[in-house]
Amino acid sequence: MTTYEAIIGMEVHIELQTQSKMFCACPASFFGAAPNINTCPTCLALPGALPVINRQAVAYTALTGLALNCRIHRRNVFARKNYFYPDLPKGYQISQYELPLCTDGALDITVAGAGKTVGITRVHLEEDTGKLTHVSGGSLVDLNRAGVPLMEIVSEPDIRSAAEAYAYVSQLRQIVRYLGVSSGDMEKGAMRCEVNLSLKPVDSEVWGTKVEVKNLNSFRAVRNAITWEIARQTETLNAGGQVEQVTMGWDETRGRTVVQRSKEDAHDYRYFPEPDLPPLNLDPVRIDELADSLPELPAAKAARYRATWQLSAQDAALLTEHRDRAEYFEAAVAAGADTISARAAANWMTGEIFRRLNESGIAVADIKFPPADFARLIALVETGKINRQAGKDVLAGMWQFGAQPDAIVAAKGLKQISDSGAIEKIVTQVIAENPDPAAQFRAGKEKVIGFLVGQVMRHSRGKANPKLAEAALRRKLAS
Amino acid sequence: MPKLSMAEVENIAHLARLKLTEDEKRLFQEQLSSILRYVEMLNTLDTAGVPPTTSALPLDNVMRPDEAHAGLSPADALLNAPDTAAGSFRVKQILP
Ligand SMILES: [Zn+2]
Repeated sequence: MTTYEAIIGMEVHIELQTQSKMFCACPASFFGAAPNINTCPTCLALPGALPVINRQAVAYTALTGLALNCRIHRRNVFARKNYFYPDLPKGYQISQYELPLCTDGALDITVAGAGKTVGITRVHLEEDTGKLTHVSGGSLVDLNRAGVPLMEIVSEPDIRSAAEAYAYVSQLRQIVRYLGVSSGDMEKGAMRCEVNLSLKPVDSEVWGTKVEVKNLNSFRAVRNAITWEIARQTETLNAGGQVEQVTMGWDETRGRTVVQRSKEDAHDYRYFPEPDLPPLNLDPVRIDELADSLPELPAAKAARYRATWQLSAQDAALLTEHRDRAEYFEAAVAAGADTISARAAANWMTGEIFRRLNESGIAVADIKFPPADFARLIALVETGKINRQAGKDVLAGMWQFGAQPDAIVAAKGLKQISDSGAIEKIVTQVIAENPDPAAQFRAGKEKVIGFLVGQVMRHSRGKANPKLAEAALRRKLAS
Repeated sequence: MPKLSMAEVENIAHLARLKLTEDEKRLFQEQLSSILRYVEMLNTLDTAGVPPTTSALPLDNVMRPDEAHAGLSPADALLNAPDTAAGSFRVKQILP
């Protein structure tokens, strides 16, 4: 039995969230729209209609190329990719072939804590096709999606496992979301993956036959299709068979790849420069402006959180997963610079705020209180004005009504009792009311202190400072 | 340039989804070969130092702002369709 290593390259198609389509002014939004509501002579391919390039789509693609450390080419050319399919009204797709917008990039990914670089061959711009629905007796064509700007990112064959492919795709999605160029929603088809996979014996440099797997429309499909193909090809080769050069699809229901096209019916696309579009000659000043407008990307952000605020790798990754969440957190840390630690803010953010965001499904922009109020709440807890549980209650009020933390503390009378005389009084009462636990503690049963502190909290209706309460209890019980 | 082979003519016809009779194949073999021979004259030119040209238009960088406008109504979009159903163009069954 030979041991094989997988050689994987990926092609990821990402729909850009422009207002209008790639080559016409039809609205680019199509999800949930009635069929054929966003069409015009250009995207219907009526005779004589001419395409005009969407400036924003070019900027979004260049921005993505810059984020992926690519060379951005001033001079780039659109080309016709010719094939017949009912979802492609012109009989060709306008794409880029020889002279794409971006080439020679790299993306650093992290898999199980280890870093790795995946080369980016190219990023180019093209148009999406329409949508086909198969019904009995025919197929229905909806051209709302036809002509929506589509960016294709092609990687070098640097990926070696399903886990690496998964990390690559999720980090790509995170980047396009940070840049705001795409929703990255795989379940809505805004991101679609193809995998090129071949096996090579670990002790050899000779790669086996390349198999293409198309239409991977979820992270799970990417991972499962790769795992399946590695197993299938390994089995074929070890049984003395040969891997055939085919194009496969992923059958989600059966959980396996299925042959879609053999080598004999491979497409002959006959690319040639699109005569209806003059070449693009981008202004280098504009490219520099785009480079300057790049936001801090998640990996750099996470590294900065760890270096500046000594946050754990896990917290840094959680906080930077979504740009809006990271920015809210940073604003809170900045607002509370003199009163709270970044670590306390990180705990409240990844704990209470993330839980509430995830449970309610609302966006960060819809949180009813500003980051400064969030920082103030944390400061109230950190300085002992209210206890942690009261802090959570105040946050609940802020979340619901957007009220200011100090106002809620005053209205609910949550101010923590830190007055030692008042605490002493309650402690004395609690010890008197609980002679057995008190005796047990005195006899060395350390755990009972938790129960007694709980009683103090109960008597103070949650307002006693638990640290002071515990200290007072220990002092009294020791005497 | 030698004449196009019969197999090449058949492949071109297939790519264009044209069904040709044997007579038509022979006819187009002659015609296509003669067109290619004519265009081949360009190869005699010395193009050293001439940048590759992808467009004959005296333009570049023609772009439009990203603004959406309503296009055709769905009814107009489907007006010329040979067959429609459920607000869509209907074509022969395509296997997914
Ligand atoms: Zn249109």
